[in-house]
Amino acid sequence: MSSSTDKIRDLAQQDYKWGFVTEIEAEHVPRGLNEEIVRLISAMKREPEFMLQWRLKAYRHWESLQQAQAEPKWAQIHYGPIDYQNIVYYSAPKRKPELKSLSELDPEILRTYEKLGIPLAEQKQLAGVAVDAVFDSVSVATTFKERLAEAGIVFCSFSEAVEKHPELVRKYLGSVVPHTDNFFAALNAAVFSDGSFVYVPKGVRCPLELSTYFRINAAETGQFERTLIVADEGSYVSYLEGCTAPIRDNNQLHAAVVELVALDNAQIKYSTVQNWYPGDKQGRGGIYNFVTKRGKCAGVNSRISWTQVETGSAITWKYPGCILQGDNSVGEFYSVALTNNYQQADTGTKMIHIGKNTRSTIVSKGISAGHGQNTYRGMVKIQKGATGARNYTQCDSLLIGDQCGAHTFPYIEVKNASAHMEHEASTSKIGEDQLFYLRQRGLKQEDAVSMIVSGFCKQVFRELPMEFAVEAQKLLGVSLEGSVG
Amino acid sequence: MSLLEIKGLHAEVGGHEILKGLDLTVNAGELHSIMGPNGSGKSTLAQVLARRESYHVTAGTVTFNGKDLLAMKTEEAACEGIFMAFQYPVEIPGIGNAHFLRSALNAIRKYRGIDELDAIDFLPLFRERLTLLDMDEKLMSRSVNEGFSGGEKKRNEILQMSVLEPKLAILDETDSGLDIDALRIVAQGVNAMRDPNRAIVVVTHYQRLLNYVVPDCVHVLVDGRIVRSGGPELAMELEERGYGGYEAESKHTAPATA
Repeated sequence: MSSSTDKIRDLAQQDYKWGFVTEIEAEHVPRGLNEEIVRLISAMKREPEFMLQWRLKAYRHWESLQQAQAEPKWAQIHYGPIDYQNIVYYSAPKRKPELKSLSELDPEILRTYEKLGIPLAEQKQLAGVAVDAVFDSVSVATTFKERLAEAGIVFCSFSEAVEKHPELVRKYLGSVVPHTDNFFAALNAAVFSDGSFVYVPKGVRCPLELSTYFRINAAETGQFERTLIVADEGSYVSYLEGCTAPIRDNNQLHAAVVELVALDNAQIKYSTVQNWYPGDKQGRGGIYNFVTKRGKCAGVNSRISWTQVETGSAITWKYPGCILQGDNSVGEFYSVALTNNYQQADTGTKMIHIGKNTRSTIVSKGISAGHGQNTYRGMVKIQKGATGARNYTQCDSLLIGDQCGAHTFPYIEVKNASAHMEHEASTSKIGEDQLFYLRQRGLKQEDAVSMIVSGFCKQVFRELPMEFAVEAQKLLGVSLEGSVG
Repeated sequence: MSLLEIKGLHAEVGGHEILKGLDLTVNAGELHSIMGPNGSGKSTLAQVLARRESYHVTAGTVTFNGKDLLAMKTEEAACEGIFMAFQYPVEIPGIGNAHFLRSALNAIRKYRGIDELDAIDFLPLFRERLTLLDMDEKLMSRSVNEGFSGGEKKRNEILQMSVLEPKLAILDETDSGLDIDALRIVAQGVNAMRDPNRAIVVVTHYQRLLNYVVPDCVHVLVDGRIVRSGGPELAMELEERGYGGYEAESKHTAPATA
């Protein structure tokens, strides 16, 4: 038994492969946060007045929360105090003012994305996937723009959207996650630097997978991006985000906001493969990932699906949720969260049923290895008017080794007696008998663990777009390599 | 040279010595049956040969195909050609049976420096073996052993054996819990595997499987040692006489343990 435990422990000890730093010239704002910094960010981005006012309002709200010491502390995560005055809130690669083509992009940045397996050069682009690349705080390249524009789809950086589609930004910005939502959402609203913007017009089915690839590069810099996706009536879009960061000794803060709006009969599928630097084996360094993601099924028969594979970050604090406002709307949440070494994840979802006959499905798979702590925290709320609402929740935890932990906090609030609620939960360990069985058939120990884990996650992986399901499976294998050895 | 040569094997599990000086020689082309009462060490022998790490060898040598088997890890032994059909096959949720079997076959092929098979090349081989074992193809897209009946699990073990084509197959009480029809199908699968280049060791309590699978040699294992060896007639004799006589005998003939 002890030998298999040792091996299981070893498997968790795989080095982070995306931890390189790119040498490029960058522009920063001074360290720290005050009203001047917020004005400076807005000015550097040449934003219209309404954006500046929106940011300032958010900043003042955040400051009042900060003074009231209202940083949320209810999650099952432990970390030292974050010094918000010791963070650089904006860093952008220096570049020519107007980028006419990809050839003008800093070749170092292009090379970075190549190393990450995200080729931006036109001839090498992934077939069927349009990519928006965000380097530190700024969107550096968006591919397949013209092809999408032919269908009337807007897919661009947030900054470009502010400039070219201010009416859409003004209408939907903060409509799902207002700056008053929570501490980190307020901080993001004040200082967010860039992100992606998507608008799919009425009746259009987006012909490509849309994807944003986030890379933190600069040291002591926070990354605060904001994504807004609006699917107009009867439209469909599938969007995927990926993220990595270099290895650093200090923790870096990432506080993003994602807002999704689905109008009548629209569908949005949002997938995340999160692989921020998780810290080293002793738990030093790594990204603090405090993220607010929410979708609003505003229209009838609309549908929003969140699929996430969370393998990175020292701390993950993330609850992608759905507000099911339209009658017959559907919300889905499929999650795999892996914590290894000293990683901590407190993640789950919120499903708020407002409309009639609204349905939600939650499938959460938590994997804990090493000293990892994994928490599922979910809320399902059935409002008074939500006649005929249904929810199905399934939370499974898999433990690898005997030093890790799994926790589940499901909250259920029902105010309409016609609701149907189902909740299933399980906790299991990778058994020595399973490993022996697979190894007796010739599989190496780490391949055996990988196979057991991917079987455990299958329900979630099959929700990912094809191209990324394989990727996610590999990533999981790599994140666990060495935890059994 | 013998395919498998065990000399003076002592092994313990959980601090208890189970095998106490076991000798056994198996040649390629032969089918041996190891019989014995509960707790005599039959399964321990199977687990040791499959290199399960929780079973510790304290003395003795095992040579397999000219190599030191005891120096091998579980997966190395498997890739060198040892296959064990489990008494209690393990469930692997979420992993399709066919996918699992192809991964195993490819792991072994890779170890031996042979090209891996893709799904298209694998399919005909797989279908042929399915037919032999009278298994429903639908079972193959289901997760490994999940929701299988006892008989289906055992047949699945024999299917794996026939696809992986080991040099030495060890069947650990594969006959237990099988109804007569399943027993016949399993026996048919085992007989189809008999080959001049392969040895099969059948570990069993009962003689009934041996009605369908006729062994070349039968060994009686009592208290961690082989106390008698003979031809197929020995199994019949045991069925009538039981193991009682041997257990008494082994107490008197036990070697000094010092």
